[in-house]
Amino acid sequence: MTSLDRTAKSFLLSELLSGMALTFKTMFKPKHTINYPYEKGPLSPRFRGEHALRRYPNGEERCIACKLCEAVCPAQAITIEAEPRADGSRRTTRYDIDMTKCIYCGYCQEACPVDAIVEGPNFEFATETREELFYNKDKLLANGERWEAEIASNLELDAPYR
Amino acid sequence: MAELFDGIWWSGYVWPTILTVLLIVAIMVPILIAVAYLTLAERKVIGWMQLRKGPNVVGPFGLLQPLADGLKLMLKETVIPSGANPVLFLIAPMLTFILALIAWAVIPFDEGWVLADINVGVLYLFAISSLGVYGIIIAGWASNSKYAFLGALRSAAQMVSYEVSIGFVIVTVLICVGSLNLSDIVRAQAGGGFWNWYFLPLLPMFVVFVISALAETNRAPFDLPEAEAELVSGYNVEYSAMAFALFFLGEYANMILMSGMTTVLFLGGWLPPFDIAPFTWVPGPIWFALKIAFVLFIFLWVRATFPRYRYDQLMRLGWKVFLPLSLFWVIATAGFLVAFDLLPNAAN
Repeated sequence: MTSLDRTAKSFLLSELLSGMALTFKTMFKPKHTINYPYEKGPLSPRFRGEHALRRYPNGEERCIACKLCEAVCPAQAITIEAEPRADGSRRTTRYDIDMTKCIYCGYCQEACPVDAIVEGPNFEFATETREELFYNKDKLLANGERWEAEIASNLELDAPYR
Repeated sequence: MAELFDGIWWSGYVWPTILTVLLIVAIMVPILIAVAYLTLAERKVIGWMQLRKGPNVVGPFGLLQPLADGLKLMLKETVIPSGANPVLFLIAPMLTFILALIAWAVIPFDEGWVLADINVGVLYLFAISSLGVYGIIIAGWASNSKYAFLGALRSAAQMVSYEVSIGFVIVTVLICVGSLNLSDIVRAQAGGGFWNWYFLPLLPMFVVFVISALAETNRAPFDLPEAEAELVSGYNVEYSAMAFALFFLGEYANMILMSGMTTVLFLGGWLPPFDIAPFTWVPGPIWFALKIAFVLFIFLWVRATFPRYRYDQLMRLGWKVFLPLSLFWVIATAGFLVAFDLLPNAAN
């Protein structure tokens, strides 16, 4: 009987037809596609995008050249050189991130004791050449200025969970 | 000069030639446009069924997408692999494309709207669609590439297997009609509405025909010849630019052709579904186009729904299920017609 059932089912294409009914119903459901350049999906405050170097509200740069980020970076994408500034404080003279090496793990921002290097919410920084992805200190500080509002609010939103 | 236009030379040869060329253009242009928009329809329908939107950026609702794709393919370079046989390599896509188009000569779009109203129309269609495998085999052979060659071999074996059952399905229709003329086949389904069409009395054969048509045109779930996962893309893997476009156009034109055949054999060609006023006002070619569009939608729908068959399953289905089934149905139909004295042209 079961074999007769199976034969009848396969000859009547019942399973195939129920599959087709499913796809036909799906056809009229609302679509999940986001019209990307014009509308964007939500981002978590923890989103790890393009890097930025932040400053204190008085304009002093946060980074104290402790090189923890350079040490922790698993892709060895960060290069830091430092020497004491004229006023005796310790600051970087060079802070490079090779964005082609970076794997966006977020260890650098976890390691940073002063919240200087952070990964901001920006993910649209594609370039036409490789060279443009070798970020230097100026570029990273500029990113910090550009995204400070978003970065600050994201840090505040994530603070209760740390 | 004047006698030139009066002579038999003009009225017997030149004028009919010009007229035929014009008719050919009048058939080819809508078909090529339909092919272009079938690619868009395919991407749209499959997109919808996968909860996507499909192309919607080029032009309103993505309607200019086929033109953009065509332009892109035109501007690309035709690469001929150094190991390939250049002559055969270039003949193969042309052959596929031409064979997909010349079959339309016998398809009736409306009562009397047919380029060649020959009495062996079905045989001609069958011959042309069988020749289509040559384009693929030549492409696979001339490419001198193992993926292309394997794809071509698969395609050849598959087409041969399913043509057998398609042949028997067509025979069942022919013994109901009593003519190989495609217009006669449609006329035999006239009188009354859709319940006079052959898809109802011959429902199992209709299903077998549609499934075999999927296999014949190398469509999912029988698209083994171009299985991306194992053969990269099968027989056309070495092709680029317009040579590839010709394969693509040929393949989609073949889909439309098989839908046209399904429409003529089973869905009553140009006939309206109900023989009452508002339906009979719509001209025949529009009904014909709508029915083709419906069958094409089934093609796309099936592609969005089912995974690809394994090769041995494909062969098993063709030889051990469809062949006995269609053979049995030929005999059953013939026996029924003889027993109830319903054979067409029984008097003569």
